[in-house]
Amino acid sequence: MTIPEQAGAAETSADPAPGESLLKVTGLIKHFPITKGLLKRQVGAVKAVDGLDFDVRSGETLGVVGESGCGKSTMGRLITRLLEPSGGKVEFEGRDITHLGTGAMRPMRRDVQMIFQDPYSSLNPRHTVGAIVSAPFKLQGVRPEGGVKKEVQRLLEVVGLNPEHYNRYPHEFSGGQRQRIGIARALALKPKLVVADEPVSALDVSIQAQVVNLLDDLQAELGLTYVIIAHDLSVIRHVSDRIAVMYLGKIVELTDRKSLYETPMHPYTKALLSAVPVPDPRRKKERERILLQGDVPSPISPPAGCRFHTRCWKATEVCKTKEPPLLALRTGHQVACHHPENASDIRLPSGSADQAPGA
Amino acid sequence: MLAYLIRRLFAVAVMLVVIMLVVFGIFFLIPQWTGVDPATMYVGKQSDAAALEGIRQKLQLGDPIYVQLAEFFKGIFVGRTYSGGGDVTHCPAPCFGYSFRNEQAIWPVLADRLPVTLALALGAAVLWLIGGVAAGVLSALKRGSVWDRTAMIVALSGVSLPIYFTGLLSLAVFSFGLGWLDGQFVPLEESFTGWLGGMLLPWLTLAFLYAAMYARITRATMLEIMGEDYIRTARAKGLREPVVIGKHAMRSAMTPVLTLLGIDLGALVGGAILTETTFSLPGLGQAVLKAISERDLPVILGVTLITATAVVVANLVVDILYGVIDPRVRLG
Amino acid sequence: MTDPLSRTGATVGEPVATTSAPPTAFLEVRDLRVHFPTDDGLVKSVDGLSFQLEKGKTLGIVGESGSGKSVTSLGILGLHTTGQYGRQKARISGEIWLDGEELLSADPDRVRKLRGREMAMIFQDPLSALHPYFTIGKQIVEAYRVHHDVDKKTARKRAIEMLDRVGIPQPDKRVDSYPHEFSGGMRQRAMIAMALVNNPELLIADEPTTALDVTVQAQILDLIRDLQKEFGSAVIIITHDLGVVAELADDILVMYGGRCVERGSAEKVFYEPRHPYTWGLLGSMPRIDKEQTDRLIPVEGAPPSLINIPSGCAFNPRCPYADVPKGGITRTERPELREVAGGHFSACHMSPEDRQRIWTEQIAPKL
Repeated sequence: MTIPEQAGAAETSADPAPGESLLKVTGLIKHFPITKGLLKRQVGAVKAVDGLDFDVRSGETLGVVGESGCGKSTMGRLITRLLEPSGGKVEFEGRDITHLGTGAMRPMRRDVQMIFQDPYSSLNPRHTVGAIVSAPFKLQGVRPEGGVKKEVQRLLEVVGLNPEHYNRYPHEFSGGQRQRIGIARALALKPKLVVADEPVSALDVSIQAQVVNLLDDLQAELGLTYVIIAHDLSVIRHVSDRIAVMYLGKIVELTDRKSLYETPMHPYTKALLSAVPVPDPRRKKERERILLQGDVPSPISPPAGCRFHTRCWKATEVCKTKEPPLLALRTGHQVACHHPENASDIRLPSGSADQAPGA
Repeated sequence: MLAYLIRRLFAVAVMLVVIMLVVFGIFFLIPQWTGVDPATMYVGKQSDAAALEGIRQKLQLGDPIYVQLAEFFKGIFVGRTYSGGGDVTHCPAPCFGYSFRNEQAIWPVLADRLPVTLALALGAAVLWLIGGVAAGVLSALKRGSVWDRTAMIVALSGVSLPIYFTGLLSLAVFSFGLGWLDGQFVPLEESFTGWLGGMLLPWLTLAFLYAAMYARITRATMLEIMGEDYIRTARAKGLREPVVIGKHAMRSAMTPVLTLLGIDLGALVGGAILTETTFSLPGLGQAVLKAISERDLPVILGVTLITATAVVVANLVVDILYGVIDPRVRLG
Repeated sequence: MTDPLSRTGATVGEPVATTSAPPTAFLEVRDLRVHFPTDDGLVKSVDGLSFQLEKGKTLGIVGESGSGKSVTSLGILGLHTTGQYGRQKARISGEIWLDGEELLSADPDRVRKLRGREMAMIFQDPLSALHPYFTIGKQIVEAYRVHHDVDKKTARKRAIEMLDRVGIPQPDKRVDSYPHEFSGGMRQRAMIAMALVNNPELLIADEPTTALDVTVQAQILDLIRDLQKEFGSAVIIITHDLGVVAELADDILVMYGGRCVERGSAEKVFYEPRHPYTWGLLGSMPRIDKEQTDRLIPVEGAPPSLINIPSGCAFNPRCPYADVPKGGITRTERPELREVAGGHFSACHMSPEDRQRIWTEQIAPKL
């Protein structure tokens, strides 16, 4: 499949150079209040995202992985500002977008787009594909060169759909094709950052590979930056340059793909990786599998100290009381653990748990 | 479960007070604000200035609103004494109002009629529940069959035919035509069989209308439930089909039926006006019809309060039943 | 009231059960067909499937959505209900032999008695598969008492014992909990306890871990493996995840468009696959255990409609090698399932030599 050159993509001069920070997140927090009774008294909060620090570099793919309830989807909605953070800061290209209103966000929406998990429910069944893909132009008041229709047809071709199908409805397409429509819509305004929340988890294996390849190709051709959120560690390994592992609203490990999969440092990451069934019957006997006990605790009252200590086989007294900060234990390898794997235990200067990590 | 119960009871109490406030507002405040003298609505047509003034004093219309409100609530809970205009009348609790025209408190009049309406509503409810739910379940299990289609056509006609039509038709056939029932209301104290005979046609007529609605909703619910995963699990356990349907499916199907029942029963207690009129039953509906035509405000006020209370209480019962049926509700 | 599970839909005229001798295998499925008549046409969910399974062994059935893998399992249990595809009953034919007894021609009530006792099932989503209004204990007790004439107290003791066995902490307390009070993993454990309460000899697990998190999935897969060792039952595990079958299965059956395209030991299917669709599945999969820099090798196109299954080989429109066999035979003739090596079967028109060559030269190096 060839991708037509994207006209005008190079003109925007303010683009950060590849490798520079495009999106910067500091101390990001989202608490959903739990209210009770007639008076809506707040009795607690779901601490969905509870202090995240990371940045997304221009041109890279940042994978975000974790089990259900770890806050990864909330994080995706926060950085695209579909949700408003309860605390912390989100900067896009150096500009603080943490509390921008809908109006002020509108120009930003061009640059930041989102792809959703469910290709069945994220497309309006009563709109044609043409209407769906051209909606961003109308919302933003953009008139693409050569007209909307021509541009939409070009986009359909880019994502591997037949441009003739402009007037069809979503139900006439298969799951994989619908996900392509979602991608075309996200690409319409030539975004810089695409946040994809479980983009392939609703798809069959063979279709999943098609969409993964498409995302790959588009990134290479259009210089896109991705944040891909998924629970599937195999997919994440395949698509990501760097990976953040989340547990109960926190990042426990953040590093490049190779380090994460070959020398994971956080016990949770190690357990997570060892739990994934490997499609290789001969290796199942030699593999060492770490079976975690129990379930993920509730994000309403996460454990004190290290949030993983209740399930961790290496936990000691310090883990129960002191929250380990996310520290760079090696170059480009940040871990939040008192007793990391593949490294000696870290000794915290007193009180450092509250400090911002030195990334 | 106990916490759930207490929460619900508290909510009901709040709701009843709110309803009383609203009723007070409608019957006393709004007329005063809009310049209508509520007293005129109490005397009826023969307005003579002295009588009006007497009623004004009795109702304490000259007093500040909070005093009026306090008197209104006092009347409901402990009884109230109307004085002024030379004479003193006492209206014992619950004082839903006083008809100065007939010189009697409203509540005893309505209380006399309430059992008839209650009997009509509850008896009909039993009939329509049995008939409607059974027909709905059978229709769902034999979807597309002759039975299903016939039942749904009958149900449609039940919903669309007005009650005075089916009521008069049944009277014409069973009472005047076949002579099986004489179609006359007989008080329960006089003769049980006579009472039963008099209530049978109203029950059937009213139940026919509601059974139709219940059959349709039961059918739709059952169709949905039979496709649920837990029904498949029940079968996978090797349970017999009657157990799968009777125990596993029916339990879930009851929730929407109960919701509907709470609303319907409450509303019916306020008076099945058409049914009571058609069959000349001395119930609340008839009283309210008469009150409307005579502009007898206290009676309308009283029936309004009774209806509202009935709806709230019926919904309380439904909520409690929800808690019994669905363990998840108890948490909420 | 007629039993909606009755097999009145079994195709008339096709002789069932009388033609062939009882097999020696514990479970043998012969030429199973499950068709659903709909307004749009006949949905051939399963269209001629055969396999055997011995006690103590695990068969993995792999396929994508619509390949017929779930319908197969429901067919074995006699649970292909009405309603799934409109009003009509499923038409089912073929033979299902369980421990020397043919099920498709058996009395429905006999099959009902086997259901839950001899053959049990674990479903994908334990939250929707458990009744929300009954306690876990009640549901297990019910499953036990329908097949055992015991009082409630004994059955309850048995339920607690099973909950303990599947690793639910404080089983004597949790037995009175409702499904919504359990976590996803605990619910699936409870579901397994319910399925195993009668010591079934055949356990069918339909996507048992798809709805669960990875760490919980590992726990459940371990549990299934341990329990199988302990009870020695035959297990069928149905999944789209090749990792899961690699963990559990002795034999693997790959389904496509309602038919088996490849069947053999896990060794053979993973390391010497002989069907282009199996190659496609392997190539589509991102690997967690390898550093991959190349693109994935997806199967192009989309799975076939079960109403209009392509003529010839159902896979031919998506097969990159459809033109290797001469004369367009892939588009006209259905390939039979043929043995390529001892116990390894595959349904492909290409010669075994061609397939061996393509696999070793073109496919294997890229995986």
